[in-house]
Amino acid sequence: MVEQSEVRVVRCGGSKINLRPPIISTDSRFVLCASGDSVKVYSTRTEEWLHSLQGHTNQVTGITLNPANHLQVYSCSADGTVKLWDFIDGILIKTFIIGYPLFAIYVSEKHDGIVFLHIAMDTDSKNECFQLVAVHLPKSAEQEVEAKELSAVSSRISPNPSCTAFGREGQYIAFARHLQLNVYFFRKQKTYSFSLKATDKKGAKNAFTCIACHPADDCIATGHEDGKIRLWRNFIHTKEYTYSTQHWHHNAVNTVCFTPEGTNLLSGGIESVLVQWQYGAGNRKEFLPRLGGSILHVSTSSDGQLFCTSHSDNRDAVLTDLMIDPRSKALVLNGKPGHLQFYSLLRDKHLYNLDIVQQEYIYEAGLDQFEVVKAAFDIKGYWLATVEERGQKSSDLEFSLKLWAYDERTQSFVLNTTITAAHTDRIMSMCFSSSEETTMLVTTAEDGQFKAWCQGADADTQQDQNFWSCDFVGSYHNLKPTNCSFSADSSLLAVSFQEVITIWSPDTWELLTTLCQPPGVVRDLCFGQLSCSKYLIATTTRNLLCCWNLLTCALEWSTSVEVSKLQPDPLSENVAAFSYQSKHTDLFVFKPNEPRPLFTHKNVCSEKMHRAVFVPREEPLNNCDESSQWLNRSQLYFLTQNMDLLTFSTATEEDRMLSSSKRLVIDDSVAVTPFYLLLGKHRQQQQKLNTPSHPAADKPQQPQGSVTITELLHTPAHVLPAASVLCSMFVSSLLISNTGVRQDPLREMESSEQEMNSEKEEEHSEEEMEACDSQQELRAQGSVDEVTPKLSKAQERELKRVRKTDFSWMAGLIDSKP
Amino acid sequence: MGEFKVHRVRFFDYMPSGIRALAFNQDTERMAVARMDGSVEVFHCSDRFFQEKIIPGREQFGIEGLSWVGERLFSAGLNGGITEYDLTNQKVKYTIDAYGGPIWTIAGNQQGTHLAVGCEDGTVKLFEVNEDNIQFERNLDRQKSRIVSLSWHPSGSKIAAGMMDMIQVFNVETGHSMHRMLADRGVGTSRSKECVVWSVVYLSDGTIITGDSVGMVKLWDDQTGTLIKSHNVTKCDVLALSVSQNEDSLVAGTSEGIVVQFQFVSMVLGKDDKEWVRTRTFRNHTHDIRAVAEITTAVVSGGMDAQLVVRPLLDKIEERSAASALRKIHFPHRRLVACARKSGLMLFQYPGHLELWRLGESEGKGIPGSSLFVKRNPEKLLHLKVKGEDHIRCSAVSPCGEWIVYSTASTLRLYRLHCDNNNISITKISKLPKVLSSANQLCFSSDSSHLFSASAQSSVHLVSISQSGCKFVGTLKPKSGSHQAIHLLAASEDGKWVASANSDHEVHIYNLQTRKAHCTVPIYSSAVTAMGIHPATNCLFMMHADQQMFEYSIEQKQYTDWSRTVQRKGLHRLWVERDTPCLNVMFNPQNPSHVILHDMYMLCIIDQSLPLPDDKTQFYNQLTLKSLTEEQRKSHSHAFKVCKTFKDILCVELMPDQSLVVVERPLEDIATQLPAPIKQKKFAT
Repeated sequence: MVEQSEVRVVRCGGSKINLRPPIISTDSRFVLCASGDSVKVYSTRTEEWLHSLQGHTNQVTGITLNPANHLQVYSCSADGTVKLWDFIDGILIKTFIIGYPLFAIYVSEKHDGIVFLHIAMDTDSKNECFQLVAVHLPKSAEQEVEAKELSAVSSRISPNPSCTAFGREGQYIAFARHLQLNVYFFRKQKTYSFSLKATDKKGAKNAFTCIACHPADDCIATGHEDGKIRLWRNFIHTKEYTYSTQHWHHNAVNTVCFTPEGTNLLSGGIESVLVQWQYGAGNRKEFLPRLGGSILHVSTSSDGQLFCTSHSDNRDAVLTDLMIDPRSKALVLNGKPGHLQFYSLLRDKHLYNLDIVQQEYIYEAGLDQFEVVKAAFDIKGYWLATVEERGQKSSDLEFSLKLWAYDERTQSFVLNTTITAAHTDRIMSMCFSSSEETTMLVTTAEDGQFKAWCQGADADTQQDQNFWSCDFVGSYHNLKPTNCSFSADSSLLAVSFQEVITIWSPDTWELLTTLCQPPGVVRDLCFGQLSCSKYLIATTTRNLLCCWNLLTCALEWSTSVEVSKLQPDPLSENVAAFSYQSKHTDLFVFKPNEPRPLFTHKNVCSEKMHRAVFVPREEPLNNCDESSQWLNRSQLYFLTQNMDLLTFSTATEEDRMLSSSKRLVIDDSVAVTPFYLLLGKHRQQQQKLNTPSHPAADKPQQPQGSVTITELLHTPAHVLPAASVLCSMFVSSLLISNTGVRQDPLREMESSEQEMNSEKEEEHSEEEMEACDSQQELRAQGSVDEVTPKLSKAQERELKRVRKTDFSWMAGLIDSKP
Repeated sequence: MGEFKVHRVRFFDYMPSGIRALAFNQDTERMAVARMDGSVEVFHCSDRFFQEKIIPGREQFGIEGLSWVGERLFSAGLNGGITEYDLTNQKVKYTIDAYGGPIWTIAGNQQGTHLAVGCEDGTVKLFEVNEDNIQFERNLDRQKSRIVSLSWHPSGSKIAAGMMDMIQVFNVETGHSMHRMLADRGVGTSRSKECVVWSVVYLSDGTIITGDSVGMVKLWDDQTGTLIKSHNVTKCDVLALSVSQNEDSLVAGTSEGIVVQFQFVSMVLGKDDKEWVRTRTFRNHTHDIRAVAEITTAVVSGGMDAQLVVRPLLDKIEERSAASALRKIHFPHRRLVACARKSGLMLFQYPGHLELWRLGESEGKGIPGSSLFVKRNPEKLLHLKVKGEDHIRCSAVSPCGEWIVYSTASTLRLYRLHCDNNNISITKISKLPKVLSSANQLCFSSDSSHLFSASAQSSVHLVSISQSGCKFVGTLKPKSGSHQAIHLLAASEDGKWVASANSDHEVHIYNLQTRKAHCTVPIYSSAVTAMGIHPATNCLFMMHADQQMFEYSIEQKQYTDWSRTVQRKGLHRLWVERDTPCLNVMFNPQNPSHVILHDMYMLCIIDQSLPLPDDKTQFYNQLTLKSLTEEQRKSHSHAFKVCKTFKDILCVELMPDQSLVVVERPLEDIATQLPAPIKQKKFAT
């Protein structure tokens, strides 16, 4: 990736998190996923993305918990390094440089300081010759260490990392390739190999797809391409080994996984059903069906309560355009089969799925499923139009157009109209009119017609429900329409018919003019925005980018450039054009009124561009630099053919991101209760005080009676005074008293606190003493302007009341103690 | 190879009977199989599972259990009797009544001293095994419900009995019950049905394993009488269990036709704490599996679909060979069809009756492979029902078609067939010589003037038959050797020689003119499955169960040169690996160097004038030869010409008019006549 001065391409969220199995931390609080160049940390409780471990310069290919310290994680990457992280704080502890591209990492408790890595045997990884090596990680205090002590374990390794697993107590490692299972015993330094026949009589495919080892027994579970699961035992005998076969999956088993106790075996495949097999009970099994996409990996937490499945949702080809939901500013794209997913770019989180097809998804190989192929939003986000179709390959094409209305109450889209035979052939494109008053949808199809759809009250339908119906059918010389676009004010509709662009008036449905620039079929079409709305820009297959002035109906300018994707920014005049030439994609940003590009970025990525979208920013940036000015109003996201979501970021933005990430310190250790909120604030404050390098400028100090609460929570129950005593104290501590004291309420609180402390000194536990100390420290550090302790009236009253309270119960307590 | 007109006969509605019980004798490596029709067969496990002995059953004689005691075989059935078999003469030795109602199970202890039977009235009866009979000793504590299954502890001191809803453990010394373990009934609707403990196995470490009608295989501890573990094997019944000799493997047969293997493996490698783990599943049956047996190297299972399946355990086999292949035995290794060559009559032997058919006639000539127009349809001439309850042991029709003979365990009947135009009538020959009371094998001489009847002590009685009646001529006795029953007889065309083969693999040749034993063929290790005397050279051609072939010159009393060449060069691998024995040897009178053989799957012509194939040459070379020119063909052709056009062959016979009769019994036809199997959900149906 080429970095330019300020604007650079960034792999942003949405890259695959399913390349490698996710892992769950020992305390089951975090899920870690390898995603692109970073490791993402998610909270299991809130299911939110917490932070990323960034530092690798290439694809992260494996993560595993450090067996010596469960708060640390190893990650390996194709850049040839193994990094050790503290994943809670997101700190890089160490980097081990191996020097070869790494493809998977395994560790075991028995092998302290050794990691097992997959490296490519030859320099080109296409050769599929992989080697399992053990690497001794040198113990040294330095940040970056070169680990050169490589010892090969085996070269019969499958490129699939789930085909390797450690056995009980790390005594052996099992790995499979194609039809051979190998078990290597470390102590004996001996490999046992077991081969299966390539096919059996029924033509089943026996190749291994995944391996898991039982945590306590010597039992290896293997998944196979034909959906069988075999449980191998007695594998120290080359002849008397035995296995049992279980068969439920009807396609390849993608993952098998034992629960930590070994009582159950989990398996998943393309059927998107998680199967739980009872270990040792034959074929007794339970199912968790309808999990969405096909299951790629399953991991379990160490307490066995959480299973984590990763699916192949976002790897499927995105058929629809990338879109932005005008309401939630979420990126909308294909998700689960038959669904649209709404994806928040800001928080890098999947918001929700919208079931478009509304049919139960049953996987079967070769079965043609309904897929959402087109989707469009109107400008306000009230309407969503989708097209689903099936039978893309065969002649019996089946498709339907659906219109969804936004329901304010449920905050979701509700199906309004389904049009089963909108056209007689496949719908090529569709767009909503951009005017605010009337919403109109135009669809173009391969049958040579374009249709305008309006929401109108039909005579035979009820008045209160407005369904969509066809308003106008247009065609032009029986040519096939390809693209359609509304001008910014919706006064014009441009429809391209192969080489000809026709301009229609949507009000009268009259053909206004035709524009033509042969040769070359029009590939993309868009109107200029804002001040450039008089321009119409089109790209053709013959490497021509044309711009017409609609007032004169004449070609304003044209330039010869191969444009694969044209994307106008709705909030500015800018238009982004991607061109794919000689194996890399270039980006040009220009304004329609001048043929000079505003910004060019050569070699954005090496793959072809698939989709692109401008995402409006929540608050515009104020970059004055010319090259990055176009990113001020909105951000450009684009999806490559490898389904990597990329974006452009500017320097100022990165700075801000950095600062915001530092501000976000989330403590997950305490459940979210009212107490937690109070305590959390308290801690935050303490942290700030303790780190003077970080002057707490942003947040006003809110020292609200946290000391009282800490005391309340940390003092053993049997030494606490009666609840009535504490309660009043607690309530009063929460009150904001008069203005005079407000300057330093903390200070004041402590004094009242100390009053109390002195009264029951004889019972103070050590903890309380410590608490007291820390308070004094706090005082020393935090408050610069010392104010003499002054009691508010309320507190004086309180004090008196406390003094009056009968403490005879304490005497009783003392007596009762032996 | 030559062209033949073929009568493709499919009107022999032979139905094999379902397998009810299996018993394996480790010492002699014999597998005893009891069928639904009451017949008992003995297979030789190390001799390619050749069916050595067949003891035909009787009407209303259902066998429920089989047990070996030493080398003696006992059976018990629902008629309430215990039967011992005379395996030498292949007949029932005696039957004694146990006086406990129908017997469901029989088990002998490993010491060979006692037999235990489980009866309908709830008693376990102990019989002492004496030298030549068994004697009732005593009853164990009587239970309320019938005893369905029994198993002795290897020490012989305890017996586990499976009953309705429970398992009882008896102390043999005291006869009292030690433990009573309740088997759970199924859930749901089957709650009301009682749980039948179909099978029980008592291991030497005190573990009792049961298979029940709920579909569970349960492991119990006999010390505490508690359940250790249960495996849900099927939704239907687990009907049969069998444990291997060293008690590290267990097989369970279910009514779905599945055999499930359990193995006693250590859960942690290198440690001794072992557990029974379900491992392999074998699906070779379509119907209920009524009996399983784990022998040293294989799992043998049989059931309602009447086939005996030998599934080798590859981990127990030292090297893979033809002997270690999966074997399915559908048809008996005896001939059920006799052919009157000169008159075109076929005699079909059913258990309870005989059928005589006249072959059809066709007209004209056709190109090879085409079917000819049938001028006259085949015709069933005779349906001869057996008198009495015994089933037919053997039968024969004379080459001229005038005489029909059959024998049961108790009687032998000879009939004369009168055939004038369309009127068929038979007359029973009433006065038979005394020696013809029963026969193990019957054969007519080629001129139909003599009948050979193999009887006890490996002797062959010679009877001359004529219009006037039949007359005993003499008895041919071997000079020495065993007294095993003869299962094959072959008479020479010129009426000079007759050869007999018995189940001790001995082949004796007798001179009919002197009525003396002529010689004995050197004993080969494998059983003779078919033999024939060459009409021109008077050489005895023998096929053995291990697919070896020998040619023995009777006159010179030695193996022929060709036979020696075969033995020296060895037979082709593909020939040796065939898994069904050859059942008939014929000679082509037009071409004396041709020997015609057949087994269940193929028909083969051996041309003794051509070179033998070695392992490198292509064995099935007919298609290649077709594509070659005349001259090249000579260099490529070898002695074996195999025809696989016909399937599931019961008999092939060469008629004098150079036509072949091939009797087929397609397995699909048998499958359609079987009762419907348990309905199972099949994926994607």
